[in-house]
Amino acid sequence: MAASHADPGAIKRFFEAWPPLTLVALAWIATMVIVAFGADLFAPYSFTALDLRARLSPPVFMGGKWAHPLGSDELGRDVLSRLIMSIRLSLLIAFFGTLIAAAFGTAMGFIAAHFRGKVEALILMLIDFQASVPFLIVALAVLAFFGNNLVLFVMLMGLNSWERYARIARGLTLSANEQGYAAAVRQLGASNFRVYGLHVLPNIASTLIVSMTITFPETILLESGLSFLGLGVQPPLTSLGNMVGYGREYLTRAPWIMLSPAAVIVLSTLSISIVGDWLRDRLDPTLR
Amino acid sequence: MTALLEVSNLSRIYDVRRGAWPFGRLAALHAVDGVSFDLAAGRTLGLVGESGCGKTTTAKLVLGLVPATGGEVRIGGESLPAAGTPAWRALRRRMQMVYQDPLGALDRRLSVGRQVMEPLAIHDIGNPADRREKALAMLDAVGLAPHHFDRFPHELSGGQRQRIVLARALMLDPQLLVCDEPISALDVSIQAQVVNLLLALQQKLGLAYLFISHDLRMVRQVSHQVAVMYLGRIVEQGDPDRLFAAPAHPYTQALVSAIPTHARAKRQRVVLPGEPPNPVDRPAGCAFHPRCRHAVARCRVETPELRSLADGRRAACHLAEQIA
Amino acid sequence: MLRYLAGRLLRAILTIFLVITFAFFVLHLSGDPAMMILSADAPPESIKAFREAWGLDRPLWQQFLAYLFHALQGDLGNSMRDGRPAIQLVLERVPATLAITVPAFALKLLIGIPAGIYAALHRNSLADRLTMMVSVAGFTVPSFVLALVLVLVFSVQLGWLPSAGSDSATSAILPIVTLGAAGAAILARFTRSAMLEVLGQPYIRAASAKGLQWRKVVVEHALPNAAIPTTTIVGFMVGTLIAGAVVVETVFAWPGIGRLLVSSVSNRDLAVVQAILLLVAATMVTSNIIVDVLYGWLDPRLRRGGSRGR
Repeated sequence: MAASHADPGAIKRFFEAWPPLTLVALAWIATMVIVAFGADLFAPYSFTALDLRARLSPPVFMGGKWAHPLGSDELGRDVLSRLIMSIRLSLLIAFFGTLIAAAFGTAMGFIAAHFRGKVEALILMLIDFQASVPFLIVALAVLAFFGNNLVLFVMLMGLNSWERYARIARGLTLSANEQGYAAAVRQLGASNFRVYGLHVLPNIASTLIVSMTITFPETILLESGLSFLGLGVQPPLTSLGNMVGYGREYLTRAPWIMLSPAAVIVLSTLSISIVGDWLRDRLDPTLR
Repeated sequence: MTALLEVSNLSRIYDVRRGAWPFGRLAALHAVDGVSFDLAAGRTLGLVGESGCGKTTTAKLVLGLVPATGGEVRIGGESLPAAGTPAWRALRRRMQMVYQDPLGALDRRLSVGRQVMEPLAIHDIGNPADRREKALAMLDAVGLAPHHFDRFPHELSGGQRQRIVLARALMLDPQLLVCDEPISALDVSIQAQVVNLLLALQQKLGLAYLFISHDLRMVRQVSHQVAVMYLGRIVEQGDPDRLFAAPAHPYTQALVSAIPTHARAKRQRVVLPGEPPNPVDRPAGCAFHPRCRHAVARCRVETPELRSLADGRRAACHLAEQIA
Repeated sequence: MLRYLAGRLLRAILTIFLVITFAFFVLHLSGDPAMMILSADAPPESIKAFREAWGLDRPLWQQFLAYLFHALQGDLGNSMRDGRPAIQLVLERVPATLAITVPAFALKLLIGIPAGIYAALHRNSLADRLTMMVSVAGFTVPSFVLALVLVLVFSVQLGWLPSAGSDSATSAILPIVTLGAAGAAILARFTRSAMLEVLGQPYIRAASAKGLQWRKVVVEHALPNAAIPTTTIVGFMVGTLIAGAVVVETVFAWPGIGRLLVSSVSNRDLAVVQAILLLVAATMVTSNIIVDVLYGWLDPRLRRGGSRGR
């Protein structure tokens, strides 16, 4: 009877629109976000709490106790709690870094496309410069000169990949301006604010968002790389890269200290990339 | 009575650099060079010529989108304010543009109805309910149904999109409409419909058109006056029927002879040698002389002025009377 | 073509100039250059001498010119650690870095490009899907994680390879593999999509419709055209190699420039940091020029020269 069977076509369509891999990725991201927000609620211990009698205890699935489900480090600090706090900090840094890069980059792209001439040439030169020298080196140089505080660090992360947004914004704005809808609306008498705010920005938003799904994992990798080297997030604050850095010394005796944050890094960047690919297919199939 | 649009000696020169920066010599590109014409209210001036002859630049100059390097544009007796100024923006209500690519001229993300209402929103006319009413009325006037209001540009056909662009342009009640190749992007069968719409609207609303096209037959149909451009200058101007029946300027002769025709008596096809030169390398004297089979020594040296001929037409050729 | 190259050369010079300017401003913004380069407890006479040598009491633009002059000669001050000229210290380490980056680069090219081509030619086959899945690791797994995992498996568990140091030939293996792996994955992915794009072009269909053998179509038409965008990416990889070297050298205690950079940043040995920054910029600029030359040679549209049309 048709009424009692689920329509198999509907299920197939559902999975076409939402591929299973994407669903898993979205679920992981959602989990990370929830953990980041509720870090204080979820962490069983404070991330600096010492438990000297339970130093270097292995995680539950390697023969340890439930008191420290993911094991503990050389000072007896609970790996799970530290992991949760690290997720929060790393995600926050990556989030703000990406936002800053997107806002700054897009603004520069608009300015270049709008004013053309010398202004555009200057901005193009800056874009070139940013694209040609590996940002890790630049970041290290800045950190060497200015020392390290969290605000500076986040702003530095915000300079990662801004040129990608600038290029996109400039390109799309140029074509909109030349013969396109931006010229038409301006011709109707619209102010620049209206043209850029109500027309250009919504139209390029989807491309920018897809770029953000590329920048976000890159920023996570950049931050964790720097923290791993000891030059990023400084103790007592803990980040994913930080934890891997500390875990390195105990690689032989207690590999779990570095393995869980490493796994989180890989799974998070992977999930965002998968979601990014899916978004790109959905929002603008012509981009491939 | 002053004409609605008076263009005198309009020119636009671009400084270009031949070769990569910072090498290469500076040269001047005369996109538009000394163009003059008048357009009265309710009349159509057709502007024809090949790509690169300066038609679109002229359109932009007339609208004030591009500043002129020389000459003057006057609307209703007043000269054109600089682009972007509030005065210029206010002037948008008297003159509008219809584009070649209707899909590009519309924002993909907004419904066409919203876009038709937008000119009123920009100039703060009426409240949202009034605007919607006016937009619906305008949709009707261009031959679209009310249910098209909420459609998106990609959901409409090419002809319908162009009607929307037209509707949007007319919302502010302009007196002058600059149509830059408005039908080239449309199917041939739709072209006629859109042209008829333009003519009907002109009758009803007393619009003046600056109709720019490379399609000579279309231009002949809609225009009260035709001007032929070559390399930034007007080489012939006059009544369409007379101009097409017996063109005075050699260039016009070549253009007209190339129009496909059913006529039994095969028209003598005039084939022009060579290619249109690079606008930066304009020949001295008459710009057309390298390709003109009637050229004499005078043509190489002296640039002909656009002068009146016996039957009221104007042509820029030293030998116009002999050739016609 | 010459015009194109001249333009690129100009751009290269501008970039170096920009980097030097950047270094200068960062140096001055962050504090007193003399104190920073010499260190806080240097005797007052040497600070004074330094100031005079570098003209730190003169107006800013004069200082900039002096800095530019010094920088172009390679004189960026002496390292805080041992007082030797920073540039010398840096150049000493170059061979060690080259010893792992050059093989890694070769590895990327030799594995990445063929894998990408194969995947593109056998689209949607098992090999293709496998390549794609593995290559995703290229931009999701950070190099330090890969390094540590490799150490865990090959040094700790299997005991086959040393985990650090530079004494034996085998100790270079893990660093090279770590450096090369991520890049190979990304290159494979990119080559695949470049090939796919080219293969989808009408002229490929036309070539095989003409009756040309498929292999010939690929070798004579597809590959050369796909080489053009791939060259740009390969140029880009030089930058990622340098960045990768920083992490890899630190993990494996390899005595190269990357490790020097990290320790100099921790110690705020600014002379060395500047020297490395300029060296890296010069390297990048050079590699970009090489890529541009290759690009100009590969792309016939550029070979003929400049402007389109007449």
